[in-house]
This record gives sequence, C-alpha cells and structure tokens, in this order.
Amino acid sequence: MSLQVEHLTVYYQTLRGDVQALEDATFTIEDGEIMGLAGESGCGKTTLGHSLIRLVPPMRYVRGKVKIDSEELPIWGMEEMNPFRFKKISIIPQYAMNAMNPTRKIGKMTEELLESRKVSFSDTLPELKRRLDMVELTHDVMNMYPIELSGGMKQRMVMVLSTLMDPTLLIADEITSALDVSTQKAVAEMLVEFRNRECCNSVMLITHDLSILYQIADTIMVMYAGQLSEKAATHTMIHSPRHPYTKLLISSLPKVGVKYAEKRLKGIPGSPPLLLDPPIGCRFRERCPVAFDKCLDVPPFLEIEKDHLVACWKEFERDA
Amino acid sequence: MRRYFSRKLLIYILTFFLAVTIDWLIPRFMPGDPVQNMLSRAMLRADAAEVMYGYYTKAFGLDVPIGQQYLNFWNALFHGDLGTSVYMFPTPVTKVLLRAVPYDIFLLIPSILLSWYAGNKFGAYAARSKWLDNTVSPLGYVLTATPYMWLGILLAWFFGIVLGKFPIAGAYSFNLVPHLSWMFIWDVLKHWFLPFASLFLVGFGGQAIGMRNMIIYELEADYSHYLEALGAPRSLVRKYAFRNAVLPQITGLALSLGVIVAGALVTEVVFSYPGIGYLLLAAIQNQDYFLIQGCFLFIIIGVLFANFVIDIVYLLIDPRTRTGMMGETA
Ligand SMILES: Nc1ncnc2c1ncn2[C@@H]1O[C@H](COP(=O)(O)OP(=O)(O)O)[C@@H](O)[C@H]1O
Ligand code: SF4
Ligand SMILES: [Mg+2]
Repeated sequence: MSLQVEHLTVYYQTLRGDVQALEDATFTIEDGEIMGLAGESGCGKTTLGHSLIRLVPPMRYVRGKVKIDSEELPIWGMEEMNPFRFKKISIIPQYAMNAMNPTRKIGKMTEELLESRKVSFSDTLPELKRRLDMVELTHDVMNMYPIELSGGMKQRMVMVLSTLMDPTLLIADEITSALDVSTQKAVAEMLVEFRNRECCNSVMLITHDLSILYQIADTIMVMYAGQLSEKAATHTMIHSPRHPYTKLLISSLPKVGVKYAEKRLKGIPGSPPLLLDPPIGCRFRERCPVAFDKCLDVPPFLEIEKDHLVACWKEFERDA
Repeated sequence: MRRYFSRKLLIYILTFFLAVTIDWLIPRFMPGDPVQNMLSRAMLRADAAEVMYGYYTKAFGLDVPIGQQYLNFWNALFHGDLGTSVYMFPTPVTKVLLRAVPYDIFLLIPSILLSWYAGNKFGAYAARSKWLDNTVSPLGYVLTATPYMWLGILLAWFFGIVLGKFPIAGAYSFNLVPHLSWMFIWDVLKHWFLPFASLFLVGFGGQAIGMRNMIIYELEADYSHYLEALGAPRSLVRKYAFRNAVLPQITGLALSLGVIVAGALVTEVVFSYPGIGYLLLAAIQNQDYFLIQGCFLFIIIGVLFANFVIDIVYLLIDPRTRTGMMGETA
C-alpha cells in the first residue's frame, strides 16, 4: 500500500471563519495504482492534493494521519516535510504552466534544485535525458528559458522534473485541463507510461474531467463539497456506481462507450453548498433525491463490496 | 537584437526631438522680452537702448522669421552652441552649464547608486524578518513620501544649524580657492554631504519599500511554491525570489529617474549647491531664457541617457526581454 490517509481534515483560515474544504478523508492508494480524483470545481480536490505535500497558511491542519510506504508523513510541518518531498511524494501542480522560474534556464534550474537536495546533477543527467525522450522533448530544452516552451512542452517538462526522484506517490493536479484535446490524450498516456516504467509508484490524478479518467485511471474516487463520496475501480464506477451523487454524475455524462468524450462534470440541479458554513451530516443532502432523516449524521466511508467504498446511509440500509 | 535596438533608438531619438522642440518653444512663449530685460538692467538712455536692442536682437538671432530661428537652433545645437547667457553675459550658455554639470554628477550618481543598492539590500532583508519589517517598512514609507525640499530643509536645520556640524550652502567654503589638498577635499565633502544625504534618504526609502513588496510577491509566485513543494531549501527559494525581484526594481529606477533629477534640482536650491538646479533658479529669476533653455536641454539629455543605459542593463540581465525580442524578429 503506498498511501494511507486517515481522518484527514484540512480547513482554510479566513477572516470570515474556517472554510471546511476537506473533512475526515480516509482512503488508501495501492502500489502502482492510478487513482483518479474527481468532483466538481471547488469540492476540495486541490486541497487534498496540496495538504499531502505542502500544507501552508491559509491552510490549516486540523486532524488526521498520512502514511506513505508505512512511514508517517509530518504534513503539518513545513520544514519536517522536506526530506519526503520530491523523493517520496511529488506533485505536478495545477499551475504547471508557471511552475518554473522564468529567469533561469531549465537545465540550470534543475541543477540548482537537485544540488540543493544533495543529489548530483551529473549522475542524474543520463536518466533525465532518457525521460525527456519519453515525453518527446528535445534535450535542447535544458538550454531554454520556460518562456521559450509551449504550454504542452512546459507541462511535460514539469512532469519530468517532478518525477525525477522516482517518488512513491505522484500528485498530478489538472494536468490536462490547460491543454487542447489532442495533447490531453498524449499527456495522459505519458503519465501511464511513467507509472509503467516505475518513474513513480502510484498516482493521484486530480481532474474535473471524467473522460480522461476513463482512459487511464485504475480507480476513481469522487468527492463532494469536501467529503469523500465513493471510491471504486474505474469500470465499477462507470457501470455500477452506488452513491446518489456519483449516479447523477455518471448519468449526466454522454454514453460511457464514447470513451474520449470531452464532456465535463456538470448539470445536476442545485449547487454545492458553501464550505464556510457547510450543512451538517451528509453535505449532498439538499440535492439528494433519496435523502432521509438519518442523513443529518455524517455517513462513514465504508467498503460495501471489495474495493468499493461509499459514504451513503441509503446504500448502507440497502446492503444491510 | 539589432531590430530591437534600432526600435529603441528610434523611440529615444523621437523623444529627444520632441522634448527639445518643447524646450525651444518655452522661452519664446514665455511672457517678457529677454533682450529688453537685459537692457533695462543696464539703465541706458532711451536712444542708446534702442540701438542696443537692435544689436542684441541680431546677436541672439531673434531678428529672423520664427521657422528660421527653429532651424538655426538645431544647427547651432549640433555645433554645441546654445546661445549666450543674458545673466552672465557674454559667457556662452554651454560654458556656464559645463561648469555646473560636474556638481550634478557628483551629487546624483552616488546618491542614485547607493540608495538603490542599500535600499534593495535592506528591503530584501526586511522581507524576511518580521521585526525588521515592522520597523523599516513604516520608516521607508515616511522617507519616500517626504518631499525632497522638506527633508533638505530639515537636515540643513538640524545638522547645519542646531548641531553646526555641516555647512549648508555652496560647494566649498567661500574663503577657499579650489586647489588640490586634503583640506580642500574635506571641505568639498562636507558641503556635499547634506544634499547627498537628503537625496539618498528619499531614494533609499522608496527602494526599500519597493524591494520588500516585490520579494514578498515573488515568494508567493507559482515557481516559488513549486520549489517549496519539491523540498528546496529556503535559501534557494529566496535566491530566486531576490533575483526576480531585482529586475522590476531596475525598471523602477528608470521610471523614477525624472523624479530624482527634479529632487536634485530642488535640493540644490535648498543648499545653494551650484549644479544645474541652482543655475536654473538663477536663470528663472533673471529671465535668462537661453540659460533656462540650456538647463532643460541638459536635463533632457541626462534623463534620456540614463534611461537608455538602464534599458540596456535590463536587456542584458532579463532573459524574458531577450527571448521576447528574439520572438519578435522570428
Ligand atoms: N486560499 C483559500 N482561502 C480560502 N478558501 C479557499 C482557498 N483555496 C480554496 N478555498 C476553498 O476551498 C474549497 C476547495 O477548493 P479546491 O481544493 O481548490 O477545489 P478543487 O481543486 O476541487 O476545485 C473551495 O470551496 C474554495 O473556495
Ligand atoms: S447519505 Fe443521505 S443525503 Fe447523503 S447521499 Fe446518501 S441518501 Fe443522499
Ligand atoms: Mg483544483
């Protein structure tokens, strides 16, 4: 098991109070698993990703435990996390287009970054070049400034950089969202290639675009308003979702057979609650067609079938 | 590269041309008649005055049509001839100006460079220490908001009059004749210090504040966050932030150059320091139009030249302008 998260709760401190962006998340990611993390914009996907690697104000660690390769991560400590970053856990951030220092040549920046982590640049160079080949970038990029690269090139460069230390877990946040459809597919396939060649052990692929997950994710986890709703193998999730939110989500998409559909998550009546003062119990309650009085309590995230987790009282009753 | 330069150069030439034209217009559209003014001071008899008027009008080249005057002006300008000073008749304006310019350079270059350097160092330092930030930043805001004149007067009053440590007028003591000796050099430095200090302090405050804000901005930039996410030590994150924060500070310097020069003019007046600013005041008081025109011309040339230098420096150190440039020609 490469990642184990227990009861992770993270808020944003604001002048108007805490934004409860991640509430009591408990889940695991297996070795070699590419887990897609899906959900509407603002449901806390980025919050979950960032809290695992760089938890800084206004984010506030509330409670919970994170283990990677059975070792506990000190996610609450900016300095304490440093030994784990890059080597155990790494990220391709949502802002990958601006992730590289604009005034340093990419090679120089890579060198300075590696040396600052006490890793020899010259020893890493052959592997670095191999990976540039993998993502179809010329070795010349090392002599270029970020501004000289196209968006897709920057995205791939950051992908190479972030995985250079073969992290156990790679968090990939919306890596395809800024790209056009044809490049999206290529980048997604490169990510699978990286995993297959063990440039990283497992991947948390954050996106609001389900179609990309159909293509490459082994499992999908769905979030709603800061709470986990459901996690299952991709095939199960698409053909037999259990959580009412996921069901609506999947049925609102065009036929699943259309694999490369560009449709995004959208169109369920109502809108997600504000996380500054979220409703008690199940946060989907107000939009849920089958809600009942039990839903005023928070449903636990339970395994109702092997490797199929759901947080819904209705489903628990049905199974009982 | 060449295209970028030729375009920049063209802009500078156009600016110069326009500024000089405006400069030429000023005395011609100002109230009063310079020649009349000069003659009235000589207190000549009416008929003699009339003869002299004709003579001087010719001497100053004011007897030809205005278009011709304009062309003659440019022609003379390229020969380094800015006319004759009325106030210090018959010294050529160029000569009067050349006597004053060294004082400006002596005052401006050290105060600009030192305040830029020290301000940026301090600002960067303030950005990393809460304690320093809470003390230096308010001080910086106060300093940079202080009008040059006020600060000059305040310094003159306190160090010159209350403490009596520094002279407050002139470039050297009146009873000394310029010569090369330690005594004279010391005297010159003492006269230089207060005007320098007032320019330095205002500049220092502005630069420190600018740098502090830029660093904080850069530390919140995406590339800084990415480095942090990959576990880079603070020293590397800071180093990058500092480097990138300095770049806009250089452009900022170019933008504020006009203000600094204007500040120097005022400061020279406060301390009777015989640079262009002091000269300009005298020229205005005496309605010496040619001298006014000459002073402005020197200021224009100075500011444009300094801007050009900063442009080139910026070009050399910021890859974004360099690559942006290449993209243009491609
Ligand atoms: N810096 C912040 N301050 C306050 N609230 C924030 C901040 N960043 C995100 N949030 C809130 O946290 C919630 C989750 O945001 P995020 O994790 O970015 O969502 P997602 O990545 O799923 O689109 C949103 O409701 C958002 O408004
Ligand atoms: S717990 Fe209740 S409100 Fe939430 S999804 Fe299930 S039935 Fe709907
Ligand atoms: Mg996001």
